[in-house]
Amino acid sequence: MSTIQTQGTEEIHPDILLVNRARAGDVEAFEKLVRQYDRQVFRIAQHITQNREDAEDVVQDAFLKAYEKLNQFQGNSKFYTWLVRIAVNESLMRLRKRRTGRMVSIDEDVETEEGSMPRDLADWGPDPEEQYGQSEMADILRKTIQGLPPGFRVVFVLRDVEGLSTEETAETLGLSIPAVKSRLLRARLQLRERLNRYFRNRNKDGVK
Amino acid sequence: MTCSEFLAQLDDLIDDKVSVRMRADLEEHLHGCEHCVITLSTTRKTIEIYRKHVIYELPNELRDRLQKAILAKCKKC
Repeated sequence: MSTIQTQGTEEIHPDILLVNRARAGDVEAFEKLVRQYDRQVFRIAQHITQNREDAEDVVQDAFLKAYEKLNQFQGNSKFYTWLVRIAVNESLMRLRKRRTGRMVSIDEDVETEEGSMPRDLADWGPDPEEQYGQSEMADILRKTIQGLPPGFRVVFVLRDVEGLSTEETAETLGLSIPAVKSRLLRARLQLRERLNRYFRNRNKDGVK
Repeated sequence: MTCSEFLAQLDDLIDDKVSVRMRADLEEHLHGCEHCVITLSTTRKTIEIYRKHVIYELPNELRDRLQKAILAKCKKC
């Protein structure tokens, strides 16, 4: 995204200009921020809550909370990562409500056998997803990522799908950088292992 | 280098964050280990596939409704 050069060497992100206008009461400026990030917030919320209604509520509540707390936004992080942090917290709150009696935390370190040394390997070819139709592929990807523990899922989504850096992901989730790295590796390997079942099996059957 | 040592560097290799020296060591391991070649290529593909396919789309109609609701509430703040 483009930035605006100031007199010195510092650059001001366009979001900061919109935040400043919104703070001064310009709701249209905030509307631009909503339009810019509502899809991403919805995706993240849906990934965490696994529930459409909850994800819709999270979009509304996260933006409303951001609007109410604009004065608390320090400007030392990106507006987007600040907003994502609010959305992640709202999503986890809803996930906990639905799973009453079961603690849901992104802090818990889940021990799994998957995600260690990969086994039973076969290459997938250059375009493995071409074996499937668009909606079939989306179903496979949804089913596969839903099987990850929430703490791994959210790290993979923020880091690899939404493109946050390791540092931003750590800041957003309140985790250490080594914790983010360890979860990311395990999430990537677990997803790879699970997708391998779909792509490997088709190849085995001779369907290319 | 063992496969476990290679695996420990896998994320940094994928994210292009390894030193020149480490990259050379990793590439040397890859020359003699098909298992790790496949692990690397299929893990890269996994990330690519998830980036390419939007699996939770926000439909336009719902998007409009949410935007209106958010802004109506903001105006009341």
